[in-house]
Amino acid sequence: MAHAHADDPNRPEWVAHFFHSKEQQLSAAKFGMWLFLAQEVLFFSGLFCAYVAFRWMYPETWLSGADQLNKWMGGLNTLILIASSFTMALAVRGAQTKSPTALKVNLLLTILFAGGFCVVKYFEYSHKFHLGIFPADHYAYEGSTGLMPIFFAIYYCLTGLHMIHVVIGIGFLSWLLFKTQKGRFMDGNYAYVENVGLYWHLVDLIWIFLFPLLYLVK
Amino acid sequence: MMLDTPETPENAEDAPAEEHGDHGHHADEPSYLVYGKEKGFASFLKSWLITVDHKRIGIMYLISVLLFFAVAGFTAIYFRWELMTAAPDVMSGDTYNKAFTLHGGIMVFLVIIPLTPAALGNFVLPLMLGAKDVAFPKLNLASLYVYWAGAALLVYAVLGGGFDTGWTFYTPYSTTAQGPITWALLGAFTLGFSSIFTGLNFIVTIHKMRAPGMGFFRMPLMLWALYATALTQLLATPVLAITLLLVAMERIMGIGIFNPDLGGDPVLMQHFFWFYSHPAVYIMILPAFGIISELVAVHSRKRIFGYGAIALSSVSIALIGFLVWGHHMFVSGQSELSGVVFSFLTFFVAVPTAIKIFSWTGTMWGGSVRFNTPMLYTLSFLFLFLIGGLTGLFLSTMATDVHLHDTYFVVAHFHYVMASGAVISFLGGLHHWWPKMFGTMYNETLGKIGAIIIFLGFNLTFFPQFVAGSRGMPRRYHEYVSEFEGMQYMSSIGSFVLAFGLVFVLCYLLHALFKGKPAPDNPWGGVTLEWETATPPIEHNFHHTPVCVRGPYDFPEIDESLGNGHH
Ligand SMILES: [Cu+2]
Repeated sequence: MAHAHADDPNRPEWVAHFFHSKEQQLSAAKFGMWLFLAQEVLFFSGLFCAYVAFRWMYPETWLSGADQLNKWMGGLNTLILIASSFTMALAVRGAQTKSPTALKVNLLLTILFAGGFCVVKYFEYSHKFHLGIFPADHYAYEGSTGLMPIFFAIYYCLTGLHMIHVVIGIGFLSWLLFKTQKGRFMDGNYAYVENVGLYWHLVDLIWIFLFPLLYLVK
Repeated sequence: MMLDTPETPENAEDAPAEEHGDHGHHADEPSYLVYGKEKGFASFLKSWLITVDHKRIGIMYLISVLLFFAVAGFTAIYFRWELMTAAPDVMSGDTYNKAFTLHGGIMVFLVIIPLTPAALGNFVLPLMLGAKDVAFPKLNLASLYVYWAGAALLVYAVLGGGFDTGWTFYTPYSTTAQGPITWALLGAFTLGFSSIFTGLNFIVTIHKMRAPGMGFFRMPLMLWALYATALTQLLATPVLAITLLLVAMERIMGIGIFNPDLGGDPVLMQHFFWFYSHPAVYIMILPAFGIISELVAVHSRKRIFGYGAIALSSVSIALIGFLVWGHHMFVSGQSELSGVVFSFLTFFVAVPTAIKIFSWTGTMWGGSVRFNTPMLYTLSFLFLFLIGGLTGLFLSTMATDVHLHDTYFVVAHFHYVMASGAVISFLGGLHHWWPKMFGTMYNETLGKIGAIIIFLGFNLTFFPQFVAGSRGMPRRYHEYVSEFEGMQYMSSIGSFVLAFGLVFVLCYLLHALFKGKPAPDNPWGGVTLEWETATPPIEHNFHHTPVCVRGPYDFPEIDESLGNGHH
């Protein structure tokens, strides 16, 4: 409760009663986010391990599996996400420099890029489904050889899990935009913006690993 | 050593600025247990359910965990009753399989993992740090609700017919068997996030919210242990989450990653599972090390022997624990080379563990040991954990493991480690911090009797299982050859004694809760910060931010002129 510290003129309203200072609160928030990201990396690591194990067991399958994927669409999505990371960084900069317009515009752009990623992915997935390329058990595509079902099991798990993270990211970004509209984040308390930014960069980074690992197998 | 000279804390001059401006609330401020009571029962209950106070969250965790402990305990009594005779008479094989799965699943995911960190740890961690709360109080409450959600899913799976995969959910059985296994998987998946939230919160709190003057090496060892635990919770649990998710996906839509028919690999699931579940053993045991370190020092009135060694061995156990998972798979078809490597890495864990046992014994040496209830639990822990730890070496040796694998020897080993480690130390910690938590004293004589009954019951239950297992009695059978009947019978009688002991403890603690004598602020003469505040503590823990001016075990009666306490 802030009233307990009412005698401290340097203490902003938004510092929670159990923190000594705003610096302590902000550094705790950011450190917590980094730990959360470490947790996210380990969450994905299980699937990356499965990827390595199966690629090592079935190298040819991986080669022909990558041929089934549309490199242009994957490449386009890579560019979209890199651009979104750039606008996200500009959004954080907008909060730091207390410019509500910069924050709003860049958040909106980031959301649009994220939506674009989803649209491209939608076309990719629906084309695969159309051909009968479903995860493992339901795999019904005639024109492929080898243990293609297991390649696509890994493909759908990795990209699907990543996709869920993109959708959650869109939710966070929209929430930030909504709060910015209401005048938040302009009082130096922009830890939320920074933390969503960190999350978004991780989502971007995971895709940057996924794209060559799945689409560009040589 | 850093602890010897109470130096001036570098940021002590900041402290006055941190103090409350209004001195209106003082000794008459209500305790954390009762504030909000004046507005009637409904709003009092609501003030508990939406609280962000770490102490209340800890108490709610405690109640939930003990409830599930009772459920899992009575399930164990039920199948121990079946096992008293070699013939199947009390239950069918199917019921037996579901019963031991229920016992294991609940004990691991709902009881032992949150028992000390989330229940006891939530209460003591900010107090010991001299902080007013954890770094993210809302996340802390969220972790409790996520725990309840995960528990609800598991209960739903049990009521919906039960599942008999064992708590390990090994494929291909778990992906092909009938029953509400998917719900159980999602339950355990959800519970993982509750554990991750707690771990994340504790790491940030310890890094960022120590009282002025409290460096890392002036923290009580309980905090080092909770820190190492939290690291493991944060870094191992997500791997379990993805594993369980993949098994669930396999059941829902047949993705095939663990299905050999489609080119998948069931052993991969075992790798993933144990990559979490071996470190999970340290989530269960590391907090116990913390409790024992506090208890042994406070009740021996001596500085802990080898502070740095105990602190860092907790962290090294946590780290080595990530590299030993393959010792669960010596007979699962992994290569001989990996078997040898995992076997040796497992031996390494014994080193930091032995350092701790040595240091605790060294602390008691020459101290003024008080043989009260917490100390009896400490001694009981040392004895049981030593047996549990040493029998672990038999199992990490490949040649003996092939013989002992999947026998009662393994069952006895992990009960000596996990049940003694987590439950006995928890009971010691509960008695130690009980006065602070509830503001009342329990009956010391009854406490000692309870500790002794539990110790005897525990040994009678599990020691015969070592013998039965080494002679070849396999685990998870409800019907067995009659030569093991004597030992199984003893074990069952022991489990009844153990259950009686636990109910006995519950009874006098409940009596103490409502009728016990009021406790003083510092009944044991502890010098860590939790004893400096009111008993029970006020809502915001401390009226003024405390300043840490001495080491956690610099008891006033230690005569500095003799220079003892270390040697
Ligand atoms: Cu293990």
